[in-house]
Amino acid sequence: MFELEAVTRHYAVRQGPFRTRAVLRAVDGVDLAVHAGETLSLVGESGCGKSTLARLVLRLERPTSGRVRYRGQDLWEMDRDAVRRFRREVQMVFQDPYASLNPRMRVAQIVGEGLAIHGLARGAERDARVRELLEQVGLPPEAAGAYPHEFSGGQRQRVGIARALAVEPRVVVADEPVSALDVSVQAQILNLLQGLREDRGLTYLFISHDLRVVEHISDRVAVMYLGRLVELAPAADLFREPLHPYTRALLDAVPVPDPDRRREPRVLEGDVPSPIAPPPGCPFHPRCPDRFEPCDHRVPELRPTGTARAVACHRCG
Amino acid sequence: MTRAEPLLQIENLQVSFFLPGVEVPAVRGLDLVVGAGETVGLVGESGCGKSVTALSVLGLVGDPGRVKAGSIRLGGRELVGLAPRELRAVRGRQVGMVFQEPMTSLNPVFTVGYQLAEALTTHFDLSRQEVRDRCVGLLREVGIPAPEDRLGAYPAQLSGGLRQRVMIAMAVACRPRLLLADEPTTALDVTIQAQIMGLLARLRRELGMAVLLITHDLGLVAQNVGRVVVMYAGHAVEEAATADLFAEPLHPYTRGLLGSIPGAPGTRPGDRLRAIPGNVPHPTRVPSGCPFRDRCDLAVDACADTLPELEPKRPGHRARCLRVDRRV
Amino acid sequence: MSGAYRDAGPWRILWRRLQRNPQAMAGLAIVVGLAVVAVLHPWLAPYDPAGVNVRQILQPPGADHWLGTDELGRDVFSRLVYGAPISLLVGFVAVGISVAIGTVLGCTAGYYGGWWDSLVMRLVDLLQAIPTFFLILAAIAFLKPSIWLIMVIIGLTGWMGVCRMVRAEVLSLRDREFVMAARVQGAGDMRILLRHLLPNAIVPVLVSATLGIAGAILVESSLSFLGLGVQPPQPSWGNMLAQARDNLAGGWWNTVFPGAAIFVTVLGYNLLGEGLRDALDPKISDR
Repeated sequence: MFELEAVTRHYAVRQGPFRTRAVLRAVDGVDLAVHAGETLSLVGESGCGKSTLARLVLRLERPTSGRVRYRGQDLWEMDRDAVRRFRREVQMVFQDPYASLNPRMRVAQIVGEGLAIHGLARGAERDARVRELLEQVGLPPEAAGAYPHEFSGGQRQRVGIARALAVEPRVVVADEPVSALDVSVQAQILNLLQGLREDRGLTYLFISHDLRVVEHISDRVAVMYLGRLVELAPAADLFREPLHPYTRALLDAVPVPDPDRRREPRVLEGDVPSPIAPPPGCPFHPRCPDRFEPCDHRVPELRPTGTARAVACHRCG
Repeated sequence: MTRAEPLLQIENLQVSFFLPGVEVPAVRGLDLVVGAGETVGLVGESGCGKSVTALSVLGLVGDPGRVKAGSIRLGGRELVGLAPRELRAVRGRQVGMVFQEPMTSLNPVFTVGYQLAEALTTHFDLSRQEVRDRCVGLLREVGIPAPEDRLGAYPAQLSGGLRQRVMIAMAVACRPRLLLADEPTTALDVTIQAQIMGLLARLRRELGMAVLLITHDLGLVAQNVGRVVVMYAGHAVEEAATADLFAEPLHPYTRGLLGSIPGAPGTRPGDRLRAIPGNVPHPTRVPSGCPFRDRCDLAVDACADTLPELEPKRPGHRARCLRVDRRV
Repeated sequence: MSGAYRDAGPWRILWRRLQRNPQAMAGLAIVVGLAVVAVLHPWLAPYDPAGVNVRQILQPPGADHWLGTDELGRDVFSRLVYGAPISLLVGFVAVGISVAIGTVLGCTAGYYGGWWDSLVMRLVDLLQAIPTFFLILAAIAFLKPSIWLIMVIIGLTGWMGVCRMVRAEVLSLRDREFVMAARVQGAGDMRILLRHLLPNAIVPVLVSATLGIAGAILVESSLSFLGLGVQPPQPSWGNMLAQARDNLAGGWWNTVFPGAAIFVTVLGYNLLGEGLRDALDPKISDR
């Protein structure tokens, strides 16, 4: 579905007492393919570039270099019609169910906006479509006349999902869709997303920092650190046997809701470095317990290991 | 289970917010005991009253909120109704608190050293040099590299993890007997969360503090505390040793919560999660009788009549549910 | 919470909150009352406002003339009533002009940014550096005074505040997730501006427009008082005061009542404006 080729996104920032120009490398040379029908998760900690990558995939931002292709077509070489089609086929579900719905629009207008923009349904037909969509995401049809602030967070997230589904997309990019929700509501939304995927054959690009959720929902997982992809693997393999030291540390750090599996995690030292001044060589080497000679001056490539996996580490492969 | 002499004993705590024309109850009769040196987890979703409980212990429930009834005893001393002066002497000195958001709970216009020194000099009479030495010592204790240099730093110059370490240093500056940690790692990344939880565990051991960990994250609870109290809509609905709670959750709400998180015992990737239907009720619209009955798949008519007691159902394991049989 | 959603549109919530604020309601009563007077003025005035009556000069308030008469024997009450539509007209048209200019420029500047934003903001800086009243006086010195001229000039010199405000709102809204959501759905700039940004940015404009009406009425009164505004014999509260000044010995009622009319009107709009500001304050919860 999507192909990313050496995609890089840099931002110019001014910082420090002299307001010197610096470059923030939000995404730094990412190669990645999203296959039709799969759920690919992007994981990483804050500032690793996963949300920037989502915006690049959604054609909300232009890569500084590299290419993003959707079904073979470069996103920035499309004509108007192709962009329109792209906007229908690729939709997004947002993190914050409070900020992602226009507070001055009724639910019917919010969900129906895509139908209006793409001229898919009007008048009574549109109303009927909206009601149908609300029902599919588990909201009562009366919700159509209400404003977003009348709903709880989970219900708002359902509205956001109905909006994304309205234009019958093939791909849904979900940026932390459950992280702002209460635990009991998270599960409802995850179940809803999984059900919709099966019913409609959707492709998900799922962005999350919550590895428990990622393990639960994904087919494949891409781990990002400081703008780079450090590991890419089928979810089952990754969680059974993480290869990159960062992935291992990440998995170790997740508190498992099972006291019998209590363990002393191998705690990573230090903070994530700034993407403005990333360390030379492997971006992870200052925190890496396994670093050795080449790590501080040679950037490891993302190399395939085994059948469907790839890892960027001098220790592996 | 042998329980230590209770350090903190909360009985029938009721806290409400009095808005024009409505009373919004946040805590509806909570009993909670934390023994000296013990780690207790207070678990629940947003609006269940867990944070308000912590604020009540510190006497920090502000207008229009008020402790309506109940008692909070710290080492045998009643805190409810204490004069503001006396409460200030308790805050920081005997009870320390760490908040969720380290960016907003540190004052951005003062240096780290200044705020840390203030925490000390509020309760102790120390010379300038002593204050400085102890600040450096505290920062070193919470694992901040180059502590001498950090004293002059402003909160905005520190990362989220470092800020939370500073908050913890402030909270433990006066060696309190009880540390209240309200979602201390929710705003942090997982690898940093692991660091902070490790730090809290180390400090607890070294300083012999009791810790009340307030969180929505059952994973954090499973890995870090000895005993758990689950709250729902202002009530404690279940209480047990951590191992017992996860081995046999009794209350349908606890079971629902555990079924909701991926990775809990019995869930497999890809399966549907056993989500709890419905939403957390607004504090003014909590159903009569059992507060959970409108979302509960075991509910019967009797659940609507009276609020069940939080009673022992298994040895050392209490739950507030009519439908759970007693086997004590 | 399935079933009935209470109809809680943003305007309805605003109205509910406004109702709880007695000062705002007093302001609203004054504003509505004035509007009624302005609409019904030909029927409310017992006398011809321009009707000179030499036998009734400087009558104190009484049964025949409720608020007395001026030095030409004209009924003060009728003149006040006839002044109301002029004051309101000036207020509304002037503010309408400044809101229109300010909103269009502020919206586009905030949304598109870049050189257009710089240009608009420099223009705002420039105009704000010139004292408005002085600008108006200068303009009137060159052109023939009329109420239309006054309205246009007040409008043209008063849009900068609105522009800054709308721009700031749009800047803060532009990167919000719901705007991104609209873009993902394929919405164009026009749709985003009109459907998503403007309705959310317009709210504070309402407050400033209400306060602006009070300001515009005050400016009109001042100008008329200086003889540069509404020209006699057409009555306006400002020029009534001016005439009374020329004839100070001629009865307190000729100064007090027009003054009170201006005072009450400005007070009414200010109270309503402040009330709206409080009601729109997101920090106040509605529960």
